[in-house]
Amino acid sequence: MYLNYLLILAAFLFCCGIYGVLARRNGVMVLLSVELMLNAVNLNLIAFSAYRHAVAGQVFALFTITIAAAEVGVGLAIVLLLYRNLRTPDLDRADQLKG
Amino acid sequence: MIAQQVAFWIIAVAMALAAIGVVRSQNVVHAALYLVAVLAGSAAQFLLLAAEFVAWVQVIVYIGAVVVLFLFGIMLTRAPMKGETSLDYAKRWPAAVAGLFVFGIFAVLTIDAFGAKKIKLDNELLVVGNTATVGADVFRTYVLPFEVVSILLLAALVGAVVLARRD
Repeated sequence: MYLNYLLILAAFLFCCGIYGVLARRNGVMVLLSVELMLNAVNLNLIAFSAYRHAVAGQVFALFTITIAAAEVGVGLAIVLLLYRNLRTPDLDRADQLKG
Repeated sequence: MIAQQVAFWIIAVAMALAAIGVVRSQNVVHAALYLVAVLAGSAAQFLLLAAEFVAWVQVIVYIGAVVVLFLFGIMLTRAPMKGETSLDYAKRWPAAVAGLFVFGIFAVLTIDAFGAKKIKLDNELLVVGNTATVGADVFRTYVLPFEVVSILLLAALVGAVVLARRD
């Protein structure tokens, strides 16, 4: 199997994530798109691990999964706080530095 | 070999369509379920590349925990279920241009750099993706980063509780 197939699939997922982060107004949807990007990185790490027959890539993928879980927890807490203060999950309403 | 290629293409097309669904769907719950399809697809790709441990961690942590967390987030922020207010900005073409631009760069660079490189799907690969091998590597070579990650998770837990509680 060509290494490129996986790399281009991962690039496509990453770019879908970029589009989502820029085009979505809802905070939860932006976090979903960030997950898409992190998952594309995992795909790359596993592809290179298989290509080089090295375990390191898989260990780093495990770390990425863990950090993504932590990121979702904190990110959703922030969106929740935003919703509680502004009564909307839309990120463009959060345009002031004061609370 | 052929069976793996066919499986790869089927899963890859499904993942690509589901990824478009994640960023295009106007229903928040549908978007989260499309994300489940993408994550399950990449778990299947990991299995095709013989990374069994990472594949199952992906299923347990991502599909089991992260997606449930997202569904809670959707529930608690009372996001519009369909069409009340749009989930997207009205002007989306700059985002599409940025995405396509980055995809073009990635495609050209990876074809240039790894155009003819093949992944050897042999018996040695099965040993690399083995749970025993991965576990030994995590607890020998990468034991310090592993402990740092556990501190990070604790910090994220405390941070999320402090942010989300009412007082």
